[in-house]
Amino acid sequence: MHEMGIVLHLAKTLDETAEENKLTAIGRVVLQVGEVSGIMTDLFVDAWNYFKVRHPVLVNSELVLETIPAVTWCDNCKQTYETVKYGKECPYCHSGETWLLRGNECIIKEIEAE
Amino acid sequence: MNYQILEVKEQVLADNEQAAARTREALKQSRTLLVNLMGSPGAGKTSSLLRLIELLGKDFKIGVMEADVDSDVDAKAVAEAGAKVIQLHTGGLCHMDADMTARGLEALDTAGLDLVFLENVGNLVCPAEFDVGAGLRLMILSVPEGDDKPLKYPLMFTVSDVMLVNKIDTAPIFDFDLEAASSRARALNPDIQIFPVSAKTGEGFAAVADFLRERLRNKEAVGGGTLDAPSQPIAPYTGPSKAPAPTTERGASV
Repeated sequence: MHEMGIVLHLAKTLDETAEENKLTAIGRVVLQVGEVSGIMTDLFVDAWNYFKVRHPVLVNSELVLETIPAVTWCDNCKQTYETVKYGKECPYCHSGETWLLRGNECIIKEIEAE
Repeated sequence: MNYQILEVKEQVLADNEQAAARTREALKQSRTLLVNLMGSPGAGKTSSLLRLIELLGKDFKIGVMEADVDSDVDAKAVAEAGAKVIQLHTGGLCHMDADMTARGLEALDTAGLDLVFLENVGNLVCPAEFDVGAGLRLMILSVPEGDDKPLKYPLMFTVSDVMLVNKIDTAPIFDFDLEAASSRARALNPDIQIFPVSAKTGEGFAAVADFLRERLRNKEAVGGGTLDAPSQPIAPYTGPSKAPAPTTERGASV
């Protein structure tokens, strides 16, 4: 359900970007979404399509989502591994001294606009 | 249409983080401690709040912002307990964000208030994602919910400074292992303070009140002090190459 909250922030940020750069219409919006950001991509696109018609510069926009794979760092054996496959425990040394390097972000990469 | 491409490279929630930082700074100036109170529906957020108002109300001026999707039943109960209260409706949204919180604080008028509780929308997921500018995050896990919740909702336990384990008086009836719940929460967040309590009997709340007294006395911590954000810097994604060495001491555990 937090998709709706994030979409509201995305719409606000794009409105401001349009104003700053004197843009009249925004087309493709490329968003990088981390694999473990907890964002349900289909829900996110649904929420976007619901909100974009309320923002004149965004009416014809299209959301393109790119997934950022999640990577965890093991501080015990100094290696990285795939978060989704192995979770919190390092598959090499079975240490729990691990933390997420990336994969929980939600970044606006670029927009097409005129 | 003749489109140009703009590189934005901005976190979607960057504006929320900025609004939260402004709130934190303003509260630091006015020496008000804002507590973001979170937990599932029915965990006992309002009844715990009533206990804390009872214990702290004599010594501190307390304000409460009740955030709900709808209704004002909680606000009425809190007002009767003697705190200054306003009801916020999120209009269907499942959490409070920093802007809504800032508007709420303005409406409440924090002048002269020592302690303000934001009773967030009942939810273990979304409120954890949105920094509201609080100086302290306090979450409530109740016994009937089960000791596995830190495994299922890791972010909530990662970002909270304090965990109350409420309804501890019902522990004999439920299969709830306090040790397991505590160690699961600490695996995510070694610094989390854990208090077993019962809002029904009042058990354990004196210790929570003492903890808050200490935070209020420690002026450095009031209004801010600790950063209320899961703000570990994460290396920008540059494609599926080898990951760079970490730059944080402790990041989000997944």
